[in-house]
Formats: sequence, structure tokens, C-alpha cells
Amino acid sequence: MIEIVNLHAEVQGQKILNGLNLKINKGEVHSIMGPNGSGKSTLAAILAGKEDYDITDGDIIYKGESILDLAPDERAQQGIFLAFQYPIEIPGVSNAYFLREALNSINKARGNPVLKPVEFGKLAKQKIKMLKMDETLLKRSLNEGFSGGEKKRNEILQMAILEPLLSILDETDSGLDIDALQIVANGVNSLRNEETAFLVITHYQRLLDYIVPDFVHVLVKGKIVKSGDKSLALELESKGYSWLED
Amino acid sequence: MVEELKIDNDQATKEMLEKNDYKYGFVTDVEQEIIPKGINEDVVRFISNKKNEPEWLLDFRLKAYRKWLTMEEPSWAKLNIEPIDYNGISYFAAPKEMPKSLDEIDPEIIDTYNKLGIPLEEQKQLEGIAIDVVFDSVSLVTTFKDKLAEVGIIFCSFSEAVIEHEELVKKYLGRVIPSGDNYFAALNAAAFTDGSFVYIPKGVKCPMELSTYFRINAEDTGQFERTLIIAEEGSSVSYLEGCTAPKRSTSQLHAACVELIAFDDATIKYSTIQNWYPGDKDGKGGIYNFVTKRGNCVGKNSRISWTQVETGSAITWKYPSCILTGDNSVGEFYSVALTNNRQQADTGTKMIHLGKNTRSTIVSKGISAGFGQNIYRGLVEISKNAQNARNYTVCDSILIGENCGAHTFPYIEVKNSSAQLEHEATTSKIGEDQIFYCQQRGMSEEDALSLIVNGFCKEVFKELPFEFAVEAERLLSVSLEGSVG
Repeated sequence: MIEIVNLHAEVQGQKILNGLNLKINKGEVHSIMGPNGSGKSTLAAILAGKEDYDITDGDIIYKGESILDLAPDERAQQGIFLAFQYPIEIPGVSNAYFLREALNSINKARGNPVLKPVEFGKLAKQKIKMLKMDETLLKRSLNEGFSGGEKKRNEILQMAILEPLLSILDETDSGLDIDALQIVANGVNSLRNEETAFLVITHYQRLLDYIVPDFVHVLVKGKIVKSGDKSLALELESKGYSWLED
Repeated sequence: MVEELKIDNDQATKEMLEKNDYKYGFVTDVEQEIIPKGINEDVVRFISNKKNEPEWLLDFRLKAYRKWLTMEEPSWAKLNIEPIDYNGISYFAAPKEMPKSLDEIDPEIIDTYNKLGIPLEEQKQLEGIAIDVVFDSVSLVTTFKDKLAEVGIIFCSFSEAVIEHEELVKKYLGRVIPSGDNYFAALNAAAFTDGSFVYIPKGVKCPMELSTYFRINAEDTGQFERTLIIAEEGSSVSYLEGCTAPKRSTSQLHAACVELIAFDDATIKYSTIQNWYPGDKDGKGGIYNFVTKRGNCVGKNSRISWTQVETGSAITWKYPSCILTGDNSVGEFYSVALTNNRQQADTGTKMIHLGKNTRSTIVSKGISAGFGQNIYRGLVEISKNAQNARNYTVCDSILIGENCGAHTFPYIEVKNSSAQLEHEATTSKIGEDQIFYCQQRGMSEEDALSLIVNGFCKEVFKELPFEFAVEAERLLSVSLEGSVG
């Protein structure tokens, strides 16, 4: 589905990614772990197309083509979704309206029919129910006055409604209590199928008890230094990162 | 909105090319009577004579004109304006053939209003909205007049009211805005040509929206509109004005006066969607919009509410105000002002609390893009006798890009210690993070901007009559085009 090849990136002259390689196939869940400042969130932002970074070398191939020249909205329209570490507030715009605009932008770009408000309402309610969330979430202003947990759950709701092919979760588990964590994990697991793929960025092994990854990678200083299966996450939890940092 | 976007590619491409174009900038080719440029007593007499006005009204005009001659253009506004040559404009322009009924209106003009989305033909008239149509210096037609008359409501052009309802006009004209109130109000009192007159009798709730559509068409002319709305005891009315003008490379002057009077338990809701030609990207042309709007809540428990969406005009100088005379009366001001390219707006309100338990609310949303300058200027005055007066003010500004500006000048004068005032103000830059967030969900950068700005204006838009709230959102999106990327 996506192949990151020898990716080098910097921001204001500071090197953050140093030749990162990663290949994710359809149906796989990969997890990236690593110490603070290793480049995890940068990788997520670059995949989504944020413009603050200079790509100095390498490429990102998505569904067989380079996406380096695509704007963030074009990438989203092709099925890339980023669950933000810090979801953004947009006052005065209801969650439902925002999501319908988003979904219809994607539908239009793909030449699919757009959903009328009533049709969207049905879809949204069905997803809310599936995720065991509260319906009032849809009526509130987007992320405004949401608790940390509500914001993260809302990201999962958006993901469920937009049905991306590749979902990147940037520390979605940070700041969540165990109940919220389960809701988030259930959301991800319900979208997991042969056609979709996930990249789960996390600090903690705990999330991976609920979202069981096929592969775990350790990112240190902008490079993947070790890859393995779920057991690697457990090993990291007991040993820390320092043994991999040299 | 979504439906429209299913149009074929040719149409979409065409619209892309026309982007940034002021949609209402066309000129109507109609034979007009335009008097020579310049202002003097003869011109004032000419206008008065043209409208068969009674002597007292001519005196009112002449008194105002003489006062105007002694006055100086105000310079306190934070506006950068080329000097206005008051003798370089014509003070009267009207189609040569004045229609006596709808069938006699020049097809060119009918077509103009169709293009503006206001069908005049009887069978196509907008349901539930009565419209007074003002073209340059004259009102051409007022729809649903007879239907409104059945419940005693008078809705007609100002010129007609002077003839048909002279006593009412004489009783109330200049009561809220004295003829020499300020420089532009004095010029208006001397040279006003037409506008709307509304009278709602005691206990009547106006059954439909009333509105006036102002159109400037002729070149090098000024439009001096005069509107008077009177709501008798226990009555209520919602009124809306819309404004457009052709694209021209020279600036044109629009100096209006609007007076509102609300008696005991009466409510007047006055909404404006101002979309005068804003000038081009470099600030060439555009309307100079100098407007005095004021309402007096004369009666107890009365309410006057101003809602304005100001997206047009090169210069906007406008402070719709409320004098809260009656006890328990309420004044409200909800404003969205958008300045893009080289537009400048100095706008706000005055809330003058005279009666006891009077309340006022001010919600101002300023949006600046391009090189636009957006100024909020407001006065809240609590007089000595205004026991338990309250005011709540929110003043938010949003900046798009690096070259625009937002400024806030709140003036507060409190002479009664029982008053409670709250003032909140924020200025923020449209966050790149907000835009990126929307884009990551699939929206284009321009759609994202429009979504964010419309959210920012929500509090004001919800005050507009429903049909116009939709129009306002669309207008805002169009006015923002080209301000990103």
C-alpha cells in the first residue's frame, strides 16, 4: 500500500528523518515506537503532506505512485487519514457539518455521489453507535471544549466515517483512560480488514494489547533501527530504548 | 450548494476563470436623466421639486444644506481616503421613463434584477418577502404593498410616503438623526432622493419580511438614501436591505440615513447585507459607504436589533446605534465586516442607555485579508439615570495573511454606578493548523478557509432571517476567494 524509501527530511535546517525505510502492505498493522524526539510525529505529518518540512532525499510511494507532490487534501482524497495527536478546534463549526463537508469533498474527488444531510445523519448515527460514543458529539462545535479523551475519540469517529485505506494514528492513546482506550481500539479493530492498513505511533506498549500489530518498529534519530513482531514492544517496555540508541 | 457542484466540467472551468470577479458588476443600459454634477441650493430645490415635495421638506433640506456648508468632513476614523470632490458627482439620476406599474418597467431593468436574483414580475415574486426596489435615485416598485395595507402596514418608497402620508413623515423625519447630526447626515438631509418608508400600526406583527434592494447604476453619481421605520406600540417588523453596484474604476459615494423608532413593546429587527462594489485588487474604484443609522427605543420594553454583514465597499464608515430611552428597552448589534484586498472598514455601534434596566448586546466579528483594514469602533454610554443598565460586548477579529490589520476602539462612559458591563475582545490569525486539519480531512484550502471563517461568524449569521443567512455564507466565501495560496 505504501512504501517509504530512504526518506530524509529536515525542518529549518535541522535533520529529523535520516533515511527512513518502511513498507506497509494492505491488511497490515504496523506500530512505530521510539523515544521522544526520534521523529515519530514528523513522519506522521510528512505522510499527511504538512508543508513545514523539506524532503531532502527519498520518496513516498502510495498505491504505486509518488505522493510527494500531492497537497494534503489530495492525499486525504486518495485514502490517507491522520488521527492527530492534538486535534484542532474550529469554533462555530459543528462536528456533523465538518464531517459531512469532509466526506463530500472526498466523494466529489472520487466521482461518487455526495450525501444529503439526512443521508449523512443516518451514516453518522450508525457509526456513533458502532463506536459506543455519545450522539451529542455530532452537534457540538468541532473539538471546542472537548476533553482530551473526547478529542481522541472524535478522531476515531472521523476515521470511521471517512473510511480511509491507510490510517496513521499519532499517539492517539496518550492521555486516555482505560475505557477510552478500549473505545479507540475497538474503533480501529472494526475498520481492520484486508483492504486497509494502519500505522500506529505510540509510546506505550499498553495500546498494543488492544490493537495487536503485525509489525513493531523502533525509530531512533530519524531511522528505523529495529523491527520485529509484537514481542518487540514488550521487550522495549522492560528494557527501554537506550540499548538501541548507539 | 453541494448539488450545484455536480455541474459539468466546462461550467466549473468557466467559474474558475471568473473567480475573484464581482458578480454584480455589470451596467444596465437604460436611458437616464442625470443632472449636472455639483451641489448647491438649486440642486437641492431641483430634487425637492422633482418629487413634488411640500414646502416644509424643502426647508428641512435647505437648512441641512446650509449647515453642511459650515461643517468639516470628519477625520477621526482610521481610514485612508482620497479626497472626495462633492462637486464632482451628480446628485440625481433616474430612468427617463418612470414606470406607473410593473408592466411599464424597462425590460433592461427587469433583467438587471433577475440577474441580481430578485424577480420583479408578479408571478415570480419571492414568497413572503416584500421588496422596495431602489435604482439610483428613485424607487421603481414596491411589491406586496396592497397585501400589507390590508393589515394597516405602510410599506412604500420614501418619495411616495412624503406625498401619501405626509403627516407621518413630517412627525418623525429627523427625530432620531437631526438634519445637522454629522457631516454625511447633513449632506444626506439636503440631497436625499429615495429610500423606504415603513409604518407598522399598533399591535400588528408584520406578516412578511420587508426589504429594500439598493442598486447604484449610473456613473459619477451619489446615492443618498433615506429610510424611516416606525413601529407603534406592541408591533414588530423584520426589515432587510441589500446593496450592489457596477464595477467602475472611479469611486462612488453612498451616504445613507436610516432612522428607526420603536414605541412601547415594539420590536424592529433591521438586517443589512452590504455588497457594494469593493474596488479592484489594487483599490481602484469601489463605493465609499458613509452611513448614519440610528434607532430610538422610545417606548418601554421596546427592542431594536441591528444585524449587518458588510462585505462590499472600498470604504465603510458606519455605526448603527441604539438610543435606549424607554425603561427595559433592549439594543442589539451583530456585525460581520470583511475587508479583503485594499478595502477599509471603520464600523461599530453606539449604545446610549438612558432608561432604567436597559440592556445592550454587541457582537462584532471582523475579518481582514489581503491588505484589508478592519476597525471596530464602539461606544457604550450609561447615563446618570440609567439605573441597572447592562451591556455585553464581544469583539473578535481574525487575520488572514501578513499584510492586513485589525483594530479595536471601544469607548465606555459610565455615569451610573449600578451599571454592569462586560467586554471581551480577541484577535487571532487563521491557524495554518486549522487549515491543515481540514485539508487532511479532504477539503481544499479555500473550502477550509471558508468553513473556518463561517464558523467564526456563526453568532451573527444566526441572527439573520434564514434565507439571507445562506446568502451571507455564500457571499463571505466569494469575498474570500483568492486570499489564500
